Amino acid sequence: MITLNVNGQDHHLDIDPDMPLLYALRNHLELNGAKYGCGLGQCGACTVMLGDKPVFSCLVPAVVASGKPVRTVESLGSADQPGPLQKAFIEQQAAQCGYCIAGMIVRAQALLEVNPTPDEQQIREHMAPNLCRCGTHVRILAAIKSVVASGVKL
Amino acid sequence: MKTIVDGMDQSRRSFLINGALVVGFALVPGARHAFADTEVDTLGTTVLAPDLPGSLKTNPYLDAWIRIDARDGITVYTGKVELGTGVKTALLQIAAERLDVAPGSIRFLTADTALTPNEGYTAGSHSIFDSGTALFNAAAQVRQLLLESAARQWKQEVGDLRTSDALIHGTGGLSMSYVQAVAGVQLHRYAIADSPLKSADTFTQIGHSLPRIDIPGKVSGGASYVQDMRLPGMVHARVIRPPRRGAQLLELDQGAIEQMPGVIKLVRNGSYLAVVAQDEWQAIKAMRSGYASARWTEGNPLPDSQHIHELLTQLPARRYPVSNKGAVSQSAGHQYKARVTKQYLMHGSIGPSCSLALFEAGGLTVWTHTQGVYPLRAGIAELLGLPLEKVRCIHVEGAGCYGHNGADDAAADAALIAMAMPGKPVRVQWMREQENLWEPYSSAMLTELDAVLDAQGKLQNWTYELWTTPHNERIVNAGRLLPAWLLAKPFGPAPSVPIAQPEGDGDRNAVPLYDIPNSQINMNFLLKMPFRTSAMRSLGAHINVFAIEAAVDELAARSQQDPLQFRLQHLTDPRAQAVILRVAKEFGWPHKAPGPGSGIGFAFARYKNIMGYCAIAVQLHVQRQTGEVVIDRVVTAVDVGQIVSPDGLRNQVEGGIIQSASWTLYEQVEYDPQGVRSYDWSGYPIIRFPALPRQVEVHLLDQPGEAFLGAAEIVQGPMAAALGNAMANATGQRLLHLPLARKGWHEVLRADSSRV
Repeated sequence: MITLNVNGQDHHLDIDPDMPLLYALRNHLELNGAKYGCGLGQCGACTVMLGDKPVFSCLVPAVVASGKPVRTVESLGSADQPGPLQKAFIEQQAAQCGYCIAGMIVRAQALLEVNPTPDEQQIREHMAPNLCRCGTHVRILAAIKSVVASGVKL
Repeated sequence: MKTIVDGMDQSRRSFLINGALVVGFALVPGARHAFADTEVDTLGTTVLAPDLPGSLKTNPYLDAWIRIDARDGITVYTGKVELGTGVKTALLQIAAERLDVAPGSIRFLTADTALTPNEGYTAGSHSIFDSGTALFNAAAQVRQLLLESAARQWKQEVGDLRTSDALIHGTGGLSMSYVQAVAGVQLHRYAIADSPLKSADTFTQIGHSLPRIDIPGKVSGGASYVQDMRLPGMVHARVIRPPRRGAQLLELDQGAIEQMPGVIKLVRNGSYLAVVAQDEWQAIKAMRSGYASARWTEGNPLPDSQHIHELLTQLPARRYPVSNKGAVSQSAGHQYKARVTKQYLMHGSIGPSCSLALFEAGGLTVWTHTQGVYPLRAGIAELLGLPLEKVRCIHVEGAGCYGHNGADDAAADAALIAMAMPGKPVRVQWMREQENLWEPYSSAMLTELDAVLDAQGKLQNWTYELWTTPHNERIVNAGRLLPAWLLAKPFGPAPSVPIAQPEGDGDRNAVPLYDIPNSQINMNFLLKMPFRTSAMRSLGAHINVFAIEAAVDELAARSQQDPLQFRLQHLTDPRAQAVILRVAKEFGWPHKAPGPGSGIGFAFARYKNIMGYCAIAVQLHVQRQTGEVVIDRVVTAVDVGQIVSPDGLRNQVEGGIIQSASWTLYEQVEYDPQGVRSYDWSGYPIIRFPALPRQVEVHLLDQPGEAFLGAAEIVQGPMAAALGNAMANATGQRLLHLPLARKGWHEVLRADSSRV
């Protein structure tokens, strides 16, 4: 049995200890936010927070995540009651296919929690691990910058 | 032409089985053309009503598009799908506008072979052009029939009635809902050619930016994609692929796999292998065990990547004349010759392909992110030997595909595996390396160009020859599905057929829109593919526009003309001129690039010469020591006819600029005789945030009341060309081999400066 604390709740899961956190979240907790993209930590579609750090959930074994709080995009709000970054992404219409977007939002959240006033260069560098193939980057940056400009504390 | 269906049934399913849609489908295999007309209708549609607009030509019945009843209210159907372009919302806006109802009161269904019209593929910037046009007309005609019904019931004049939000209002305070009005109206009738007019300045939906209906779910972990589907009792599958095409399975430690925890089944048919397990992680581990123990024959050799373009000129090909105008004549004017090359590209979807399938009670249902549910259904039915009506394909969104990627093949995998697991829903997910190694690529291409000015500095002769493998290996038979090649009794792919002009294939946009008295343009369409290639956004237009616009810039420079004025003097279409002039104004053309290593570049094209117009200017600078290319500013102006959603259009154009920058600067599939090396993102780098353009400006030239022209692919060619021209301006070197900023490209600058 592995205990995972996800979005503030403890879950006791009977899973292989080497199972990457991604599959535990998606298949055993039925959370859709973290996406499978590469399984290699190269694209960021699976990004979640482990403690206060963004991690590639496709690379972190579930057993390693045990004992630390895991947060997924679902913890930031819902479609009806979106959190500040989610709201900014909706307002900027910052998605095309949207497959990368949950990972983008989580990575941006990790930055703004630590540094609420990053400049554009810092945002670009922080977001570099996450890939978008549709070319929505300009809007993703605009959404993050709008949260920075709003002064809302995340 | 009227084909009336016998014995009209009340249920839509019966209509589809008995009706024109299926009849049309069945006609197709015997009626293959030498060319496919577009990349959209390569299979499955027949023109029943040539005079009707958009997809009403192939699906002329109003109730194929719109149904109104007490149970479901207003249901609107499209045969197109959401690929991440926002087209679902845009189509909904069009239907809502012309029905005069709020978008939220429409039940809107996209491609499903049991429910929706057959609109072939969602591809080629055709969705608004085809389906939008059909809905624009069908919705207005349905509303008119409802008005007439109310007028009859009330004995009032139609002209005295008005509608608002699914209600009809008559004189004397009378009103009735659309559901009430539809009683006694036969919607199973052909649309007519002329729809009721509505002035564009009264539009409340079209031309306004309705927020996309799918985004709130996507930012909050909603079940938005086929990857997110969980059916009761679902099991997980993984495929085990050969190392190369043509490799045959020699041996496999089947027992070891079958004994692994959670493994339910090993599907083995010839060289086709898949594992099924209770849990996804168990399936992955079983797959890895299979990869480790499987032994294969060598398979087909891969070409030498250093000489791929020479190889393209040596392989058997069919030569198609694209344009032959005037006679190439002697001139004393300036001449420019170029040899331009492009490498194989990947679609590179962020989410590898995935599909679910369930075989029960003799019928198979497949949930898929295909671009064409109807062609896929036919391919799968043939693959499995099932009657067409026993297969249902339902589109569910996946990650952006940008063309023919692994979606259809993954659906075939799900189908094959589900047939071995009756009653069990099967989810199959490709791994990243499976997507990269097995998706159809965008063709490597070679073009040779020879252009000559007359003594007055006007274009006189244009000779252009291109070599390409197919851009349209869509699913016209089971053998176009790659799992079918691996079976003990394999299926072979149907012969390759290029898409005809004016849409074009490798020759898309090979004909310059500029006025040129004499031109000879030919396409060498290869019949043998070193790699399987198929449709990727803009097909050949990416390299053709790049080549044309490079030549135009070079000829303008040689004859000491401003490149932008040079273009204007060779264009008569005022809409082409308007996008160019708008970019000139917003960019501040002409201006000198600021400082050493900086450059500006301009480009223009009308997509396929019949769709959207796009002009674009780029300012960039290059770091001579590192080869880094920094895009400082991009300014574009586009005209796609009547704009449906300004923000949606802007989003598409912004995305196209960035995607094309990535293709043009960085991307190529790496391979050597042992195999493809681009099996992950480190082997196939694409643009990341730090390299983004510093500034992107998109200007929209709306044409209220004009035809919809389509948007999603219009900028791929022009952006590539403007980058090429700006790089030439910045470096003094004309770079003609894509990708421009490939590893070590800047050696050419060092060599250059050492000479100075």
